[in-house]
Amino acid sequence: MLKRSHYIAMVLVALFVLALLSQSDWVAHGIRRLVGGLYLPFFGLANSTRSIADSASTALMSRPDLVKELLALRDENQRLKLEARQWDEAVKENNRLREALSLPQQAPWKLRSAVVVGRDPANWWRTIRINRGSRDGITNNLPVLSPQGFLVGRISETGYTHSQVVLLGDPDCRVSVLVESTRDHGVIAPSGGGPVDDSVVELKFLSGSSELTPGLWVRTSGLGGIFPKGILVGQVADVRRVQYGLHLEARVKLAARLSALEEVWVAWP
Amino acid sequence: MNRLNVIFTLCAAYGIVFLQTSVNWPRALLGAQPDLLPSLVVYAALTSGLGLSTTISICGGLWMDSLSRNPLGISILPLFLAGVIIERYRGLILRDQTYAQFVIGACASAAAPVITLILILNTSLEPMVGWTSLWQWGVMALAGGFMTPAWFWLFAWLLRGFSYETIQDPTGHSNRQIKRGRS
Repeated sequence: MLKRSHYIAMVLVALFVLALLSQSDWVAHGIRRLVGGLYLPFFGLANSTRSIADSASTALMSRPDLVKELLALRDENQRLKLEARQWDEAVKENNRLREALSLPQQAPWKLRSAVVVGRDPANWWRTIRINRGSRDGITNNLPVLSPQGFLVGRISETGYTHSQVVLLGDPDCRVSVLVESTRDHGVIAPSGGGPVDDSVVELKFLSGSSELTPGLWVRTSGLGGIFPKGILVGQVADVRRVQYGLHLEARVKLAARLSALEEVWVAWP
Repeated sequence: MNRLNVIFTLCAAYGIVFLQTSVNWPRALLGAQPDLLPSLVVYAALTSGLGLSTTISICGGLWMDSLSRNPLGISILPLFLAGVIIERYRGLILRDQTYAQFVIGACASAAAPVITLILILNTSLEPMVGWTSLWQWGVMALAGGFMTPAWFWLFAWLLRGFSYETIQDPTGHSNRQIKRGRS
């Protein structure tokens, strides 16, 4: 049997938890920001330590290595400049044709870099924290990309200096996608395998007549209005028929390595 | 309740939550992030009592939920329940024995995430649960089990380091006789 003090403590704690859980989203978000703010010095310290370690490793690199890297970067820069010029021409042509056909112009998305400062401490969510918040113009539902430009997720909660990103594969991050070569539409959903493997997600709601084969590229479709069209999501790994052959489902190997994210891009219109 | 013990335990809870957020290698290596708060609550319940274990449950739970997608406050209840039960029956537990600490720590670390998940499933949220969650559950239970004796060792060491040393009897005789009266 429990003592009287135990019962009193249990009632008080239960009331406290109920009071917290029954708060409106706005109040709960405020409390969360206040309590989470206690960790800001630690996140700042971890960030500074990381940049000092990066600077130290650069300072310790030998001169021949640096010269070699410089030459390689110069070559890459030249190549990218040439490609950018070609793309520029293609974009201009695309805009002219859109104007001729009276189609709305597509404005390019702006990108802002962010550093991943933490991951969800609970195992049943797939979220990360980044060091950009409302101070930097970040708002909810902005798409987040990997440094290579692959889709990673979307902003789910914004603080003043930090934001939470819900990653692909989390039940709260469903994305409308299309298969690049067959133009079949589907929705990216969490993997049925569970939370351990974060490299594979499910592609659902595909038409039964789709001719999908492993290896096809999957990109965002632009439907839903959150993710711009054309961001690379991943590659079809395998396909299977479900619901007595009426629909197709596929597993998609994500292009971005979610477990190894250190920096990301936040895109906004 | 030793004031230093309270400070050290609260600092540990604060640090644990930060480490669980920012250190990614256990997740990359084992596929699961160990939750060390239940083991800390076990330590608090076995050494200090209801006050400290409740404080750790409330502060640790709030800190954890503020950095997570968990509904705010949902982690408090499982930690508190673990603390209350252990504190109530601590007279029956061989709390100085490492294996007892391991078993109690593992049980609390296994029970806390299950209760949290049950509570979350009763909200509108949809946590990621599958067969591989069993593996994560095992990792969390084992990590909690191994960490509980480690807390006992760490805090004993810290308290020794920050407390005054006990003065030994300068005569060296613990059974010195005091003769009274006229000799």
